[in-house]
Amino acid sequence: MLTLVIFLPLAAALVLPGVPRRAVPWTWTGVSATELALVVAMWAVHGTGGGTSFETDVRWIPSVRAGYHVGVDGLSLPLLAMTAVLFTSCAVYSLRQTRRVRAYAMLFLFLETVCVGLFAALDLLLFFVFFDLSIVGMYFVILLWGHENRARSALMFFLYTFLGSLVLLLGFIGLYLGADPHTFDMTELTRTPPFAGSSGLAGLTLLAVGIGLGIKTPVVPFHTWLPPAHTDAPAAGSAILAGVMLKMGTYGLVRIAMPMLPDAWRRYALVMLVVGLVSVLYGAFVALAQDNVKRLVAYTSVNHMGYIVLALGAAGVPGGDADAQRLAVTGAVTQMVSHGLVTGALFLLCGVLHDRAASYDIGRFGGIARPAPVYAGLVAVAAFASLGLPGLSGFIAEFQILAGTIGSGTTATAVTGALAVTGILVTAALFLRLLHKVVLGPPGELTSRVTDVRRPELAALVPLLVLSLLIGVVPRVLLDTIEPLSAMVIALVGR
Amino acid sequence: MSAALRGVWGVVPPQGMEVIPGWTSGLAVDELSGILLVTLVVVLVAVLAYASGEGYGARFFVLMLVFAAAMAVTVTASDLLVLLMGWEVMGAMSYALIGYVWSDAERVRSANVAFLTTRAADMGLYMAAGFAIAGAHSLRLDDLPHADEPWRSLVAAGVVVAALGKSAQLPFSFWLSRAMAGPSPVSALLHSATMVVAGAYLLLRLRPLLDATGWAATAVSWAGALTALLLGAVALAQRDLKQLLAASTCAQIGFMVLAAGAGAVDGGTAQLVAHAAVKSLLFLCAGMWLARRGSDRWVDVVFGVGAIALAGVPPLSLWVTKDEVLAGVGEQSSALLAVAFAASVLSAAYAGKALLWLFRAGERVRVPWSQRVPLAGLAIAAAGLGVLGLPGILGEPGPDAWELVLSGVLAVVTVGAVLTVRRVPEPAWGLQWLWLERVAVVGVVRPGFAVARALARFDDQVVDGAVQGIARGGLWTAGLTRRRVEFRVDGLVGAVGRAARSLAALARRPQTGQLHLYYAQAAVVLAVLVVIAVLAG
Repeated sequence: MLTLVIFLPLAAALVLPGVPRRAVPWTWTGVSATELALVVAMWAVHGTGGGTSFETDVRWIPSVRAGYHVGVDGLSLPLLAMTAVLFTSCAVYSLRQTRRVRAYAMLFLFLETVCVGLFAALDLLLFFVFFDLSIVGMYFVILLWGHENRARSALMFFLYTFLGSLVLLLGFIGLYLGADPHTFDMTELTRTPPFAGSSGLAGLTLLAVGIGLGIKTPVVPFHTWLPPAHTDAPAAGSAILAGVMLKMGTYGLVRIAMPMLPDAWRRYALVMLVVGLVSVLYGAFVALAQDNVKRLVAYTSVNHMGYIVLALGAAGVPGGDADAQRLAVTGAVTQMVSHGLVTGALFLLCGVLHDRAASYDIGRFGGIARPAPVYAGLVAVAAFASLGLPGLSGFIAEFQILAGTIGSGTTATAVTGALAVTGILVTAALFLRLLHKVVLGPPGELTSRVTDVRRPELAALVPLLVLSLLIGVVPRVLLDTIEPLSAMVIALVGR
Repeated sequence: MSAALRGVWGVVPPQGMEVIPGWTSGLAVDELSGILLVTLVVVLVAVLAYASGEGYGARFFVLMLVFAAAMAVTVTASDLLVLLMGWEVMGAMSYALIGYVWSDAERVRSANVAFLTTRAADMGLYMAAGFAIAGAHSLRLDDLPHADEPWRSLVAAGVVVAALGKSAQLPFSFWLSRAMAGPSPVSALLHSATMVVAGAYLLLRLRPLLDATGWAATAVSWAGALTALLLGAVALAQRDLKQLLAASTCAQIGFMVLAAGAGAVDGGTAQLVAHAAVKSLLFLCAGMWLARRGSDRWVDVVFGVGAIALAGVPPLSLWVTKDEVLAGVGEQSSALLAVAFAASVLSAAYAGKALLWLFRAGERVRVPWSQRVPLAGLAIAAAGLGVLGLPGILGEPGPDAWELVLSGVLAVVTVGAVLTVRRVPEPAWGLQWLWLERVAVVGVVRPGFAVARALARFDDQVVDGAVQGIARGGLWTAGLTRRRVEFRVDGLVGAVGRAARSLAALARRPQTGQLHLYYAQAAVVLAVLVVIAVLAG
């Protein structure tokens, strides 16, 4: 079942050349919707219990004990669901795409397999393969369908994140060598953490894994590939890049770094706290100074992902209250889902703006609410979701992260958590500034070109924001799934 | 609270739930919540009835209803999470309502100021939630006083900052001046039964926490007393009626905050209810004058009733309730009492100044009954809610008779003096709201933007510059190798090269310039590396 879910989009991509051109967008949408239905079905079967469901373990490269080992649990299911939702939204959004539709659809279907596969992988080599293929896929999306400096941005994106993946591979090899017996299997590595007794090597491995995943997340100072990549990527590409692919970094931290290197994680928890805090504040402040809508949203991603790193750092601080740490980890996973939905929506909204006026410049718009009231409403909801307004998903995530981090009860967590709270004020300021300059006020230079959202755009955006609203109002379905996983992670880190 | 009131609405048992698993949340109605809910609903009905005659669209009523619902959640929340949810949604709705006429950039700016100022203070509540988990392992409001130190003091500090911000107390008062950019019915609701009173409510609710810390109660008392005094002076200096009323709201809520700090919870609650009726009435009348450049006799009369009640003239409502607060303060500290008494005299002065607007010439317009009736209802409440201070209604021994007489006489004399003199000093510091907004802009906003711009430059030039530099360095090294090293080696190996040319042709084939092929090669090399590592390990 899970293997079918992983490879269904790829299979569809392979038969897509045989589909008539006019049917391509609808086939793409149909496959994505089927994929979503399958993921929801898997979630329904898994329920809110702990443990791993739909596990498959097949020999793959027996000489290095790497297997095709996949399965889903409370960490991967919410992310898989978010991935499927976002890809479906992108397919719907792209119904009117005209340039090289077939190749575009094939590439996105390929990326969907890669992303789903990564979140389901329970083997380090398998994880790595998907991790790298995602970079390749996104490189072509930016290169072929981007705008302005697309070649340069795509190359920078590729080289930077590819470098990160090489460092990550070093870390994985370190984990492999540190395990006794050598293995790439995540379940075994989690059961008996490698480097029993050699803390120096564990620290180095954590450094490699941390940098590799940190570049992907991205954390400050490894974030500079993100703004140009987003600025020049097509809207759907940005939505996938920010919504799904950034999560690969933080997902890896929860799935690999924390349970497999618990000693090192506890020892360097303070580093994670500080890196998270710096990302939160730095991302928010730099976003405040941006005049390009897409760069602005890109930097808020640095801010939002920083909260996740902060929470995961708090989860490792020795002597912290376990219930509070669990709250922080649950918040971190919630934030991954929430950020995917909300930032995905924000990037699609940026795409609408660029589609109409071919500009991202904040200063050239104004008063868009007059010609495009529905669009203005969607922007307002997405902006308030991103700045953490209660009733929308961002609040549930950030409240748990901040309350859990501060509530861990140590001086370090209380101070970093309290400082991170200022991030919510800066994000509020920058989104109000965005609303003020683009949506409200008197009309600007390009305002007359902006027409209201079309039906496919609306159909792509509304589900994302409705899901954010649902998580914000009735978060229990999501949180109950995550909760056993957070408890397990805390227990694993604490041993 | 008295048994009489408890009999009226009883106590609705807490509705337990867990919004996030493992942490008890809930909604509950007790006496304090019940009083606030009734006040909210009555004022909401009056304001919406009035607004229905003004021709607002659906967006207005949706926002107003969500605004009121958020207040209802805030006053019934039994834990910090649900409280914060109502609290912040209320702030966002106030943003949307203040900026209701969104095409006017200045109004949008005012909405931004209001939302950002209150959210800056709200950070205190976010932190308080974390501190509460650390100190009490609970988010429930009734567990907060039992938290361990130093967490309890931190929780109290966070709550107090958030409450002062929401209630526009010093030093946050300036956002309320900005909030006047909204339509008058918004002001009428925002200043009376929602938003600004939420802070006072929270302090009244968390009175046990303030007591438990030892310092918070005193700090809150002084914040309230000083706001009542200084913003009273600001109100007196205003030339615009709506601005006068706005500053008077800060001052009147100062009495409620003072009551929470001094332990006069019943007096503070009575003051809150009576003030809600008075202030919503005054704002609706002021809005009518502004919108229609005139009024009719009916509006003039009810405005007069409201202004006299605001002055604390006997036997109207605020006379009794304010004295009840003062009586509670007198038991605590005579210095506080002196400040509060001075603030009370000022309130009579600015209310007298508000009365002067009645003497200005205006056109006679017809006000429909759909608007007259809600105004009349509020006027009756503004006049008669003094009964809340009667012994037996809201418990607590009331003020002594001599206090009541003294404050009543002072109020009448002050109002009379203002009406006779007709000119009051309007110092610049008062007119400009103590320059609080300018201080905030110079002290916080501009440095914040400066930091943002500096960091953005740093990000472009240093962080990204370093990455670009490394990339350029790599290219330069490659070029150097090609020109210098390869050149010499080339001559040396020329002979070998000829022999190897056939091999080279073969080797050139994968160099297609296509990245995916390079990638495939890199993967192969990596695989080899892995194998080597495996063999070595």
